[in-house]
Amino acid sequence: MTTVDWPAIFLSVRLAAIVAVMLVAVGLPIAHWIAFSRRRWKFLVEAVVALPLVLPPTVLGFYVLVAIGARSPIGRAWTAWTGRGLAFTFEALVFASILYSLPFTVQPIAAAFSQVDPTLMEASSTLGASRWRTFCRVVLPLSVEGVIAGTVLTFAHTLGEFGVVLMVGGNLPGVTRTVSIAIYDQVQAFQYDTANQTALLLLAFSFVVLAGVYALRGKPWSVVPLP
Amino acid sequence: MSLSVSVRKRLSASFSLDVSFTAPPGITIVFGASGSGKTTLLRCLAGLARPDAGRIAIGQQVVFDSAEGRHVQAHRRNVGYVFQQLALFPHMSVAHNLEYGLARESSDVRRARTRAIAESLRISHVLGRKPAAISGGERQRAALARSLVTDPSLLLLDEPLTALDHVAQTRIIEDLRSWNAAHGIPILYVTHAHREVFALGERVIVLDQGRLAAEGTPYDVMETPAHEPLARLAGFENFFDTRVGTRRTEAGTMLCRLEATNAELEVPLSETPTGSRVRVAIRAGDILLATEEPRGLSARNILLGRLISLTREGTTSIAEVDAGARFVVRLTPSACESLGLAIGDRVWLIIKTHSCRIVST
Repeated sequence: MTTVDWPAIFLSVRLAAIVAVMLVAVGLPIAHWIAFSRRRWKFLVEAVVALPLVLPPTVLGFYVLVAIGARSPIGRAWTAWTGRGLAFTFEALVFASILYSLPFTVQPIAAAFSQVDPTLMEASSTLGASRWRTFCRVVLPLSVEGVIAGTVLTFAHTLGEFGVVLMVGGNLPGVTRTVSIAIYDQVQAFQYDTANQTALLLLAFSFVVLAGVYALRGKPWSVVPLP
Repeated sequence: MSLSVSVRKRLSASFSLDVSFTAPPGITIVFGASGSGKTTLLRCLAGLARPDAGRIAIGQQVVFDSAEGRHVQAHRRNVGYVFQQLALFPHMSVAHNLEYGLARESSDVRRARTRAIAESLRISHVLGRKPAAISGGERQRAALARSLVTDPSLLLLDEPLTALDHVAQTRIIEDLRSWNAAHGIPILYVTHAHREVFALGERVIVLDQGRLAAEGTPYDVMETPAHEPLARLAGFENFFDTRVGTRRTEAGTMLCRLEATNAELEVPLSETPTGSRVRVAIRAGDILLATEEPRGLSARNILLGRLISLTREGTTSIAEVDAGARFVVRLTPSACESLGLAIGDRVWLIIKTHSCRIVST
């Protein structure tokens, strides 16, 4: 009898942690722009950010694969920098996952930002604070629950992704074989017991994470990203 | 230090702010109805809104000049602003709220100045608490203290005390006055309550539909309003079309007949010739009401009428009396009770000559 594929679980956790941290860095400015910009074409950016919610993972995965392929500018730049290709590597998974999980980070944070009373930001600026200081001292502390919710949701979502990972990373043990692909493999090999153990782990973890987020916010409906 | 303002800002197709005035050190009331442009004016002064054209100078510091393309950003203006909603930071203690504007000072200076302003505004006992855990009056004092602690060169107050009772309001203003005795900065206090104009201001400017309708002392502006919109703002509720009759130059009065009635009002003499039409304004609170014919009074205008309605509005009762024309009279509920008023009763209206104002339409 085979055992739970721990390397795949560790790889998934590592991937999810890296993506969650990087997405907070990328998502904060995007969420800030979405929450406070008055540009007429803001809806276009919002739509682009929300695309991964409705796109089939294979579609997103396909375009990411094309975008990072050896002939693409991104692929060529990566090869020139590192000396190897980008497709079917762990870095490719990180890149694809950032795109795929973008709305899970940006939407809760943007929602939290837009709930901050604009008068507080104006008060801050009349008290001599720059926009950056206002963001750090007023906007961010008052949105901390949204930021935590976005980060945790991103982590949980990345942990369980399948389609995009398969398209962009393939199934290389220790490199791109994540837990959801491991479960798929186990089912293909009729190892239902092992698949069940791994799946249960993922299920329990996802439940704990979501319960934690909902408990934190106290408003379950405001955490779920809008399609 | 005084404030010199000339701003134009278009807000919509039908509304634009266009005012010029100067405000000396001390409290200047900015008075006007809702939507008259008061808050927009404050936002332009604070740098939270950019005027389309004009110039704003606080003392020698020009913070906006459209001709020079100069627009100093809000956080560089050193303008204190107490918002209507107060806008205390809910996640910080009162002490941290007060220290917020002193980021460039050392922590010792921050603490010392925070303590000093908290003492002078009597909120030392709530410094460790969050805004949600203190009373409304303390919140108002905290918001004021937060603006004053930075030593602003201009202070803007956007109806910050409206929610407080008169006594609490007066105490805060007294504290503000004593603070400003040492600082001597211009303070603009926005309100739409005419009661506050007399209570708080040394000067008043009146905004009406984005324009400066009047400026001067509260008495000049509010007691002798030049035109009807201003009189309505200043709390006048009775307006009558009249025709000038006999002019009594020596007595300084003239008789005006209310149009379509036989009733006459003696009003202060103006330069209007006999036979011409004038509009007369009277405050509802300036009219006395009697259930028996009064005798031996100095008041020149005693009109007989009939009570047609009696309603309660807050702490006052409002009586409508048909004396040829319809008069609105404000009286206390206790007066109403002791007179035993009932709809249909014959009543006499008593109006002093100098309670009648001639206004242009």
